[in-house]
Amino acid sequence: MADLVKLTINDRHLEVPAGTLVIEAAKRNGIEIPSFCYYEGLALQAACRMCLVEVEKAPKLMVACTLPVAEGMVVRTETPTVQQARKSMLEFLLSNHPLDCPVCDKGGECELQDMVFRYGAGESRFTEQKVHEDEKQWSPVVFFDMPRCILCFRCVRICGEGMGVNALGVVNRGVLSEIAPNKGDHLECDECGMCIDICPVGALTSGTYRYKTRPWEMEHVGTICTHCSNGCKTTLGVRNDKIIRGNNRDRSGINGEFLCIKGRYAFDFSDHPDRLQTPLVRTGGKLQPASWSQALEVVAKNFQDVKQRGGRFGVIGSNHTTNEENYYLQKFARQVLMTNNIDHHRTGDVLTLLDALSGRNEALATTQDLYQSKAILVVAAELALEHPFLSFQIRANYRHHQAHVYAVTSQPVREDKTATVIVRAAPGAELSAVESLREKLKAEPELIILYGDAIKGDGVRKLVAFGTSLGIPVKYVPLVDYSNSRGAVDMGLMPELLPGYQPSQAFGLTWADMLASEDLGALWVIGANPLKNAELRARNAFMVVQEMFLTDTAQIADVVLPAASAYEKSGTVTNVCGEVQRLKRAIQTMGAKPDLEIIGLIAKEMDAAAVVGPWTSDSVFEEIRKNVRGYDVPVAMIATGGAAQTMPVNGRIAVESRTDLIRSTHDNLFTSGTLGRYSKMLNSVLERRLNYH
Amino acid sequence: MLYNEPSPLEVRVLSRRFGLPNSASIDTYLATDGYKALRKALEMKPEEIIEEVKTSNLRGRGGAGFSTGMKWSFVPRTSPKPKYIVVNADESEPVTCKDRVLIENDPHQLIEGMLIAALAADAHAGYIYIRGEYRYLIDILDTAIAEAYQHGYLGKNILGTSFSFDAYTHTGAGAYECGEESALLESLEGKRGIPRIRPPFPAVVGAFQCPTVLNNVETYCAAPAIIRDGGAAFAALGVPKAGGTKLTCLTGHVNKPGVYELPLGFSVDKMINEVGGGIRGGKKLKAFIPGGSSCPVLTAAECEGLTMDYDAMAKRKTMLGSGGVVIMDEDTCMVKVALRIMRFYAHESCGWCIPCREGTSWLRKTLVRFHDGMGQRDDIGLIGDLAKNMLGRTFCPLGDAAALPTISIVEKWAAEFEAHLNGRPCPYENVSQLVMA
Repeated sequence: MADLVKLTINDRHLEVPAGTLVIEAAKRNGIEIPSFCYYEGLALQAACRMCLVEVEKAPKLMVACTLPVAEGMVVRTETPTVQQARKSMLEFLLSNHPLDCPVCDKGGECELQDMVFRYGAGESRFTEQKVHEDEKQWSPVVFFDMPRCILCFRCVRICGEGMGVNALGVVNRGVLSEIAPNKGDHLECDECGMCIDICPVGALTSGTYRYKTRPWEMEHVGTICTHCSNGCKTTLGVRNDKIIRGNNRDRSGINGEFLCIKGRYAFDFSDHPDRLQTPLVRTGGKLQPASWSQALEVVAKNFQDVKQRGGRFGVIGSNHTTNEENYYLQKFARQVLMTNNIDHHRTGDVLTLLDALSGRNEALATTQDLYQSKAILVVAAELALEHPFLSFQIRANYRHHQAHVYAVTSQPVREDKTATVIVRAAPGAELSAVESLREKLKAEPELIILYGDAIKGDGVRKLVAFGTSLGIPVKYVPLVDYSNSRGAVDMGLMPELLPGYQPSQAFGLTWADMLASEDLGALWVIGANPLKNAELRARNAFMVVQEMFLTDTAQIADVVLPAASAYEKSGTVTNVCGEVQRLKRAIQTMGAKPDLEIIGLIAKEMDAAAVVGPWTSDSVFEEIRKNVRGYDVPVAMIATGGAAQTMPVNGRIAVESRTDLIRSTHDNLFTSGTLGRYSKMLNSVLERRLNYH
Repeated sequence: MLYNEPSPLEVRVLSRRFGLPNSASIDTYLATDGYKALRKALEMKPEEIIEEVKTSNLRGRGGAGFSTGMKWSFVPRTSPKPKYIVVNADESEPVTCKDRVLIENDPHQLIEGMLIAALAADAHAGYIYIRGEYRYLIDILDTAIAEAYQHGYLGKNILGTSFSFDAYTHTGAGAYECGEESALLESLEGKRGIPRIRPPFPAVVGAFQCPTVLNNVETYCAAPAIIRDGGAAFAALGVPKAGGTKLTCLTGHVNKPGVYELPLGFSVDKMINEVGGGIRGGKKLKAFIPGGSSCPVLTAAECEGLTMDYDAMAKRKTMLGSGGVVIMDEDTCMVKVALRIMRFYAHESCGWCIPCREGTSWLRKTLVRFHDGMGQRDDIGLIGDLAKNMLGRTFCPLGDAAALPTISIVEKWAAEFEAHLNGRPCPYENVSQLVMA
């Protein structure tokens, strides 16, 4: 704990740690010192001069954002001089700022607007011609309206410091100074939109949101992004049952304000015209629209038939569906269909890690740990492209805590920029290359190891053995692909494992076995597309697909049931670090139903509702908390939008991991499996990127 | 070359080699006590060098007038980081042209000054940051640096000692702001020329995050004389709190404009009438800028009994500045002067902070309109107001530099602003003007 320094601000006696900036000291004690350029976590600028305050014995007004507190300092933030200074800064700012608030996207949540309301300068003495430049489009995502820009340089900093991309800079000087892409007229970047959201005014606007609505006309629903496994909170702006924007300006959730392009803009698959809105039943060889009751009847009847004649079932679950849906699905499969033939697309070896760690409860890192750990080792993973939030946390840790970063990869990665040591190894040889870091890592006080899907089975055991041999506290993150990839393993969507990593009595078929099986009676696919690159051997199997779109798999199904997306349902998902978070329904798509409800309705149709129990997400989650190891997390924490880490490690797992089935799809920033193919924004960015190179 | 005849009233210390044949060559330099001070400094302890400079009462010649000995003593000599010498040759203050003649006529004096500073600060590399427009000076300096390497005054083991030093020239790209020391360092490091947050000051965290001695050309050029002849001798040339001489760039409506080396504390009246040969056409003095366009402008009455030194100027609420003196006679339109000055600052504002970026541009626009005869009475108050709103609130002194002359002009010559009101043409329209607004 740093030494405390006593000072007074506005005659209030405060004690704050030495080194605190006056602006922070004030903020933490409920005293507002306005500012534009000061932004917690980013480099200091002292450019906007809004935070000028009076400090006793100082000859002139001081800038609170770069002034560290000092013993006995006397600060005043509301004297007439300070108020006059603030007002004059706003007057200067407004001199070249267009007063187009009524059409500006930022109107209503604009920091400049708020400041002018609060600190005056509403009437201008400026009668000269304003500087004008036409609006520019830098990418499908980013538009720039130069006259609105107040040059607080937040965008430049978040792009450089926060994202490690450095796509933005400043050109020209004086009043003609202008934010500009470093590539000249366009951006070649992550298209994350951080610059847009961090903009205090409407200078940077987004391709999806601009001129669509006013902020107060939307409902803001905080839910979890459905794309990658990082589990970022995204606050969706909803108007007339349509998602208009995504952001996380309230810094709620594990990710604070961070979002990548997917969390911020790739919600648009939800109202893609190809979205399925009615059940389809194959009649006369063709998929024909049917009512829900007709479709459910067909499913139930065929399932009963297969069950009665002792046929084989195959159930393939999803990496995107909620824990409740996954749990309910495996329960249905195991207790109603009486089969262990249940699987999903495995994207990382969590199983071996948990087994290798068995008994060590603290060895699983949280996303917050990535921000605080003294040292981080990245093995065989391209974090910036595949796990953008984890990458962001590591950069922030490096910036704020000077963490030591070690990158052992086959290709150059963004972590190189912050790395203490970079090791390049041939693909597949990363694990052995880690050995070269032994001495350096032994000297670290603690370590987090993140590893990609190339490290599996024995590889994971070796890695854990290496970590243990270092003699320091080591935590691990097994990287997986999608929003609930981790939850799917935890919930036992596997033929060899029951929920909570309990071995099943008799191992069922893996998804590869199901597709290859000659005598499969029925195949039930929920939110997955296993036939994209594979064939179904049992051509005559009765096939049910629950999907949002008519995927390769859905096209050959006998019944297709339109499923709700993650933004259209509630439930919980578990992210890559094992943190459970709650989804909140933002919109409804007519005709589509959440998978949980669909499974429940099938159960009801089969007279098995009593076996699987009620299909509300809350009741299923209660069951999960009771039955699934590690999931006994505090409900209140999750219900209020927080994240609770599951701790499933407490013993050996008597099952060997099927490493042959583990394969990440390595979706990058601009792809996201089926969802990505139906996102207009992701596709437009991808198309444009083709032109760069 | 020299641009003006020397005056007999000058005290030529730094300019002693001006006018000698091949004055820039190392042969001329060595024949006239060149590098003697370096030999002496090599025998001295760093503390002794700094003490000598403190004794000389040398104050920074770039404009701020901070004690050079003090500044050198702030450099943490024991720091494990490399230390750097940086020369501010980004001479951009309007009407200031002393560094130019110093480099042009006597580049080795600057190099020797850098070497002395390097010995005091335990530095082993130095950069001369030259404004982009002084392209031809880079050639002169590069030649001088090459000569110094050949003769063993630069490079490894200088004069057979363990002291090594390398000197480099680095060109600016035409930004006034890069004359501000921290912006200069940013530019030197290859970044956009914007000032840094201080503290830390360059003495502790300067070029490439390392301790750095950063002074003006003229300041370094004074070092050889101080070490050679002793700090006390140098101090004796000036006034009690400011030692030595100052190169003064006498410009404006005088008969004999030019760069003159005058001892600190020289009478302004004598400077105008004797050194400068009086005001052109026998006219009366109207306004006086003592040290570059950033200083508050003085009226003729304020110049009475005034001497050219830091404290005397401070008493009249202005600054000695960089030595760029402007004499303006009775035919000068002060609105036009204010406009000309503001044009410069609006053009040169780096755009970093709001009050300077927006304030200079607003003032320029208003002054253009006002001078064109479209002014309103409210504008007079507005001009003063805006300048005061900038004053002391900008990130770096550029905002103050724009505000100070403006405030002084609008307050002291309010009547001239009145005379421009309501569409009347400028009263000085038909008089030949010094300044082109």
